Amino acid sequence: MIKKIFIKSVICAGIISSALALTGCGDSKDDMSLVAAKSDSPDIAFLYIGTVGDEGWTYEHNRGRLYLEEKLGKKVDFVENVPENADAERIISQLAQDHDIIFATSFGHMDYILNSSKRFPKVKFLHAAGYKSSTNMGNYFGKNWEASYLTGIAAGSVSKTNKIGYLASFPIPQLVYNINAFTLGARSVNEDIEVNVIWNNSWYDPANERSAAISMADEGMDVLVSYPDSPATIKVAQERGIWGVGNSTSMAHYAPDAYITNPVWNWGVYYEKVVEEIKAGTWEGGSYLGGLKDGMVDLAEFGKNVPEPVKALVNKEKKRIISGEFNIFSGPIKDRDGLERVGSGEKISDEDVLTMNWFVEGVKGSLSN
Amino acid sequence: MEIFSMDIMQLLIIASISAATPLLLATLGGILSERAGIINLGIEGMMLIGAVCAYIVSIYTDSEWLAIIFSLLGGSALGALLAFLCITLRSNQIVAGLGITLFATGLSSYLGKSFGGSQPQTQIPNLDIPWLDNIPFFGEIFSHLNWMVWISFFIAIVLYVAIFKTRWGLHLRALGDGPAAADNAGVNVYRYQYLMTIIGAALCGLAGATLILVYTPSWNDGLTSGRGWIAVALVIFSRWHPINAIFCAILFGLFETLGFKVQLYYADIPPYFLKMMPYLTTIVVLMWVGWRNKNKPNGQPISLGKTYIREQRG
Repeated sequence: MIKKIFIKSVICAGIISSALALTGCGDSKDDMSLVAAKSDSPDIAFLYIGTVGDEGWTYEHNRGRLYLEEKLGKKVDFVENVPENADAERIISQLAQDHDIIFATSFGHMDYILNSSKRFPKVKFLHAAGYKSSTNMGNYFGKNWEASYLTGIAAGSVSKTNKIGYLASFPIPQLVYNINAFTLGARSVNEDIEVNVIWNNSWYDPANERSAAISMADEGMDVLVSYPDSPATIKVAQERGIWGVGNSTSMAHYAPDAYITNPVWNWGVYYEKVVEEIKAGTWEGGSYLGGLKDGMVDLAEFGKNVPEPVKALVNKEKKRIISGEFNIFSGPIKDRDGLERVGSGEKISDEDVLTMNWFVEGVKGSLSN
Repeated sequence: MEIFSMDIMQLLIIASISAATPLLLATLGGILSERAGIINLGIEGMMLIGAVCAYIVSIYTDSEWLAIIFSLLGGSALGALLAFLCITLRSNQIVAGLGITLFATGLSSYLGKSFGGSQPQTQIPNLDIPWLDNIPFFGEIFSHLNWMVWISFFIAIVLYVAIFKTRWGLHLRALGDGPAAADNAGVNVYRYQYLMTIIGAALCGLAGATLILVYTPSWNDGLTSGRGWIAVALVIFSRWHPINAIFCAILFGLFETLGFKVQLYYADIPPYFLKMMPYLTTIVVLMWVGWRNKNKPNGQPISLGKTYIREQRG
């Protein structure tokens, strides 16, 4: 009996000590990564919400990762389909043990990244589209509203019926400021333009998007914009012989005759820059907001049917934005109830853009929040 | 296409019919297997596999009709699996169906991923019937619908005739209501059940192919976005009747379309409310049908979901 207990306790002790040894290993490995972080070739990993073939958000981040691989000349790891729940934190912790820099590319990963950044102080964390940061966690995003404004100019120039349909995902600031920027752009060339917003409350549902697009085309709208990045909407535009605008990535091949252009992401330039900063030891966390100027946000190539004068006008405005001569949210701007939100000579700060919750004059559709 | 000369009602009907096609095909598939007594909760998964098969085949062959054939094959492979689990192995039909959907969700993502980014060049065209244009209102509606719409209508009518007007259909209905009686009458129960489950699953695969070949020429995980589950409800809503299924599917298509129309005209109604409407309708209709027929059979095959074991007393 005593012997039995003795054997049991020996086994228990064995298990516990080996477990301790294992965690000890983990710790020392962590210290190793501290050393590695200062070396010239950091180990980097990316977390994706979707798959690299989604032709949209994750596809674009993956393009950035591939660019980084090319520039660094070494493999950059990635994990696909990372859910926005506690599982993310488990995955991040695993990656943090043998990587020096971790990029998380979805809004919903924010709190898990923040927690991990406290647990792994030697690792640098970067998070897209969020707003929280710490000493070793930074966030980054781009002013895609600048490209939305330019897209609006092109759309407003080609519309004959003066009615544009905008299929939007969720009533959140990201959608609101893009719709506003697009509308300001369209009305800068044609004051009669009205932008009709339809919410479909989904990031991805092609069948539903197609129904929405058909409804908009039936109402005589001759430019269809889709924020959800499936090609369902611009395909309807192609079928009906009207104009189409996509999102995130160039979509000309889906609708060669109908395609105008749309904002695209170019994360690679930022990824290279931030990795260089971390290597040089000059990176300090905080927020980074890119735009047309540094190339993080850009405009896709124009569709083949967009008239030359329109292209020229858009390119001219693009130069003005890049040079800093023109801010797209400079007053006077009225909201759609006629209230002047931005006075003449004023402009909206980037922080206020990122929390925008009102529509400019010319937007039709519900905004209940 | 003189789309702008039509009035609002006509455009609304056309949009509803277009939105209804994948729902109708999947519902018909569900009706077939349930008529034979097998519950199919794998519809969502079968649609996904049908879609991914259509996607891959149309990339390779540029032929929309080959894509359709392979989506039918992909669906029926899962149907055979469901039949094997439920009929031969006598496992629980609910669990087997859910298992198939979960499995197929993963498998379709895996298969689709390796092709991510490429897009098929083929799309199923509309069928123009010029002489119909001369008939006011309804003629104009039906003169420019997609081929798949007509195929789905045709299948619904064929199924109606087969189930209610032929000896074969009589056997099928008998088997759904009382497999032992059908067995005694000389119907090969297991063969029928296998066949119906597989054909039903093939139709679900076709429903998935419609999404790729008519709606969006690109693949993404979870392309069906829950349409298979709506089809499961529509099977009950249509009371296991193929012609009812046409109208039920179009009603759902109407609600989807109406949701967007109303947003354009009445900005005050929150879009969330509109999104809820189809489901609320289902519940209300089920309550109404149940209340009206509370002392009558509700149309559900009596032995639905019960495993038939030969020579065992019920």
